[in-house]
Order: sequence, then structure tokens, then C-alpha cells
Amino acid sequence: MNRSDDVIIEIKKLKTYLGGTWVHKGINLTVKRGEVLGIVGGSGSGKTTLMRQLLGLAKPAAGSIRIFGQELTSASSDTLLAIQKRWGVLFQQNALFSSLTMLENVSFPLQEHTQLNHETIVELAMLKILMAGLPSDSAIKYPAELSGGMQKRAGIARAIVLDPELIFLDEPTAGLDPNTASGFDDLILNLQRTMGLTIVVITHDLDTLWKVTNRVAFLGEGIVLCADKMSNLIKNKHPLIQEFFNGPRGRIAASGYLSDE
Amino acid sequence: MTTAEPIHYQADARKVVCQGDWDLSHLPQLQLLLTKIALPRGGEITIDGHAVTKMDSSGAWLIGEWQNNLKKQGYVVHLQQFSEQAQILLNIIQKNLGENISPPPLKPLGWLAIVGQYSVFQLQEFQEYLAFIGRLSFEALRVIGHPHQWRCKALATVIYRTGFQGLPIIAVLSFLIGVVLAYQMGIQLKNYGANIFIVDLIGLSVLREFGPLITAIMVAGRTGSAFTAQLGMMNLNQEIDALDTMGVTPAELLLLPRMAGLFIALPLLAMWSDIFGVIGGMVMSNNMLGITWYDFLERFPRVIPLKTLLLGLGKTPVFALIIASVGCFQGMRVKNSAESVGLNTTKSVVLSIFFIIVADALFSIIFSKLKL
Repeated sequence: MNRSDDVIIEIKKLKTYLGGTWVHKGINLTVKRGEVLGIVGGSGSGKTTLMRQLLGLAKPAAGSIRIFGQELTSASSDTLLAIQKRWGVLFQQNALFSSLTMLENVSFPLQEHTQLNHETIVELAMLKILMAGLPSDSAIKYPAELSGGMQKRAGIARAIVLDPELIFLDEPTAGLDPNTASGFDDLILNLQRTMGLTIVVITHDLDTLWKVTNRVAFLGEGIVLCADKMSNLIKNKHPLIQEFFNGPRGRIAASGYLSDE
Repeated sequence: MTTAEPIHYQADARKVVCQGDWDLSHLPQLQLLLTKIALPRGGEITIDGHAVTKMDSSGAWLIGEWQNNLKKQGYVVHLQQFSEQAQILLNIIQKNLGENISPPPLKPLGWLAIVGQYSVFQLQEFQEYLAFIGRLSFEALRVIGHPHQWRCKALATVIYRTGFQGLPIIAVLSFLIGVVLAYQMGIQLKNYGANIFIVDLIGLSVLREFGPLITAIMVAGRTGSAFTAQLGMMNLNQEIDALDTMGVTPAELLLLPRMAGLFIALPLLAMWSDIFGVIGGMVMSNNMLGITWYDFLERFPRVIPLKTLLLGLGKTPVFALIIASVGCFQGMRVKNSAESVGLNTTKSVVLSIFFIIVADALFSIIFSKLKL
């Protein structure tokens, strides 16, 4: 698994103009192979916009985004497709196809992008469903029949079905109860270890940030204010960062993890 | 010793050497090779992974499956020299393969069961529709008594959208229907030299049937579908639940204004359609049959009694109630998925048009019994 291209994502001087303001004024950020990078920031700091740009769903006003060494902002559709097969995405609302069963949802990328026979596709998809911690009898259910936590797990199963090198998670624990959220954190860590994934996770969940990420990038004032380990990030003196992590909830979450170290 | 083949059997060491990329993109090729490989019967087999350059979960799955298959055939299988990463994957896969990996089977229903299920479903839907109408009538009676609860703004919006914005398309369509009718009937009348009777035919057919019917069908497609899609999306977004919890019934704010709005707008639209239908017929009579504007307009009131217009327009409030109630009912029944919005919208249009035509047929029978 040792490869020379150790930088998976490289963002340089990225600028975005949205609704009359400069949301990003020059973002620089790199993500290395095997890393779990958290992206945080206050509301309106452009986290979701940044992720949409990383996914090629929106174009920045200026700057460059390189993923797997390929420039994304000017990629041809073939290059983009090649990149798209190497990443998986879990959207905030899961974005499961409501007219397909969970199994069909998970096997969809396999059906589109591989020439495997039907039995193999079903087995590989079932394997990912089990790896995501879902019971096998839920495979024939429709997304609407699943609980929120199970929908998230199905979303993750679909994101990893092509064995991607990189996955994006947008608010993976939002709307889950603490117990389910904690289980989901474990799942993310587990998958990261077993499959050697690189993960970019956008989240407000302080527990997820402490437990799952290696490094956290804090977006504010249109730039990356700081990108460092959580334990270092919370010591940063910038008022926005202090405000974010030093609320009562931030301190409680931090105390639990700092005492472990 | 290495060869180009990703799977290679070394007979002397009873060892299968795997090499190269064992990942999703090579999976079909690997599967094919596995079926071809010839092994001696029984005994110990070692699967060696030291030359595997890349393994992902699908590659590990293939090895896991293969290992299990060999075990079933009575081999003793050892895995050897897989990288640490691959070993973790293989363990995970082996653990999951131990569980029941196939999805639970779907039991197909017999045709009798399907017919039964369908019938029960239809009956249930009909019963729910009746309950919906009942609830709505009850709400209507309650709201009528309290004029301050009338949603005049919502009502005006509905009339504007369903009525006013529909004027151009209804005008064009009715005009064309008038033209087509006059053309088809004119050819026949010309043979008998009975050109002037085109006035009677156009007047009767447009005012009594075509005007109201075409309008109702157009509105069912334009407005009934919009009602269903809009209410359906609101339902999915839990907006309807939100209204309910705020002490505002959806019927009062959403459903009754739609029913009342269409009840007012559809007769007006039908009148509009009548006018353009007759104009269309008049233009065609003038061109093809040589009946001047003056002749047409002079004969029209003499042969077409006011009753014809009123009977035609009298049907439209009923059509309006059908369209609005079916549209709203299907909208409120949207559940869970975007697919059901589409499904119910289709149903809404098909059912409204179906019931409009059934109602029209009933009106014809009733009117003829009453000798109107």
C-alpha cells in the first residue's frame, strides 16, 4: 500500500464568490493518504460549499483543486469519471435512491461501473452491507423503511462499495442519538483501518472530531485558520476557534478525551 | 519463481501463488482464472499472498469465497504471507462470510393473491377517499360558520393560478376544437347543401359538451397534478404535520381554498372556452362553408337556447370538485419517497379525467331522462 503519491487532495488559493460575498478568500489545504481530516467552522463559513467544490459539483471562482494528482477544476469528463470511481460520498441527507431497495442502492455503483455478473454484485454489495453493520434481512427494505441510523449505514455501504481510496462524509452523525452516533464513529474508524481509506469529514460533532480525526481544519474568515490535531487546535488563540471549542459543550467533550491521553 | 499469471499453482509445494492486483477492476479476470485452475484431489493446500501488490475488499472476498469452497471440497487450506493490511481485510471478510450473506429471498405471489391484494388495495383507497371527503365536508361546515377563518388570500391565489393563468392555453385549445368540429361537420353538411345548420351543430356541441369537457380535462392535467405534487412535497417535508401541530388544520389552509378556488374558476374557464370554441367554429364556417359572420351570429341565438349554455356550465362545478378533491387526496397520500410523488400525480390526473368522463356520461343520462 506504499505509494509515492502521498498527497490525495491539494487545494491551493481557492476563492469562492457566493451571494455577494467572498466565502473563501484563499484556502490552502492538503490531505495525505490514510489520513482522517475533519473540516469544521461556524455556520456560513463555507464548509458545504468547499465539499461541493471538492466533489466537482460546484466550480470555485479561482484557485486549484487537485485530487489524486489531477486538476479537478479543469478536468475533462473522462478524467472526472476516473476520479469519481476512486471516491465515495456520504451526503448529509444520505441521498439514498428512494425507489430502490437498500441492496439495489448499494449495488448501483457496481452495476454502473463494473462488468461483474449479477451474483458477484449481490455478494459484494451484501458484504459491504454487513461491513457497515447492517443486518442482512434489512437488505430488501426501502430507505423509507429504515431508521435514521440504518440509512446512514446504508449510505456508507454505498460509498465504500467500489473500494474507494477516498471518502467524503458530510455531517455523518447529524440527527443520530448519542449512542448511534458513537457506534457510527467506531464504524468509520474501523473501515478506515481495514480498508486503508482516506477520509474527509465535515462535522459539528465534537465527539466525532476528537475520536475519529487525525487532523482538523478550521475554516473561518474565508481561509483555513488552523489545521492541526484536535489537542493542538483547541489551544489556538484565534477568537473564532476559542469561541467554537470553548463553549460549555466543547469543554465537556475535550475533558473526556484529554484525560485519556 | 514468478509467472505472468495472477494465480499460479506450484505442484511440488502444493501451493497456489497469488500475485498482482487483487482489486475490483481485476475481479472478473480473477474469477475466470479461479474456475480454470486445476488442483489435485484433497489434502493440504497453501494460498500464498506474498506477491500480491494490491488487495481491496473485493479481492479479499474472492479469496475468502475460494477458501470456503475448497474447505467444502475437503481440502485443508492455509493462508500464507499475506500483508498485514490484506490479513485484516481477510479476517473481516471471513467473519462476515460466516454470517448469512445472501439477502432474504423475496416470495413471489401467485396471480390470485396479486388480484386479491390489488382489489383490497383499491377498496381501501376508495374507503379512504370517502373518509377524506367526509372530513373535508365537516371542516367546510365548520369554517363556513366562521368567516374570519376564510383564507381569502389563499383562495385568490388559487383562482389566479388555476383560472387566470390558464386563460391563454384554454383559449387556444378551444379555438382549435371549434375549428376541427366545424371542418369535420362542414364536409358532411356541404354534401346536403345544409351549410347553415353548422351554426346549430357548433352551438350545441361546443356549449353542451366540448367546452366544459375540454376545459375540465385541461384543468385536471394542469391544476390537479400541481395540487398533488405540491401537497405531496409538503407532506414529505413534514410541512403538513407542522401545520397540524400549530393548531391550523391543513384542510382549512390548504385544501378548502383549493376546492373553493377551483369551484369558482372552472365555470368561468368553461365559459371562456365556450366563447373561443364558437369563434373557432365561426371562422371555419366563414372560410369553408361561406357563412358570413352576420349570418352566423344572427342564427345563433335563434337556434341555441340559453338552456344549452346553462346545462353545459352547470356540470363544471361538479368537475371542479372531482379535480380538486382527487388532486388533494392523492397529494395527502404521498408517503416516504420521491417516487410516490410521481406515482400519485399520475394517479391524480388519470383518476380525475376518468371520473370527469363518468360524471359527464351520468349527466347526459340524467338530462335526457329529464328531457332537458
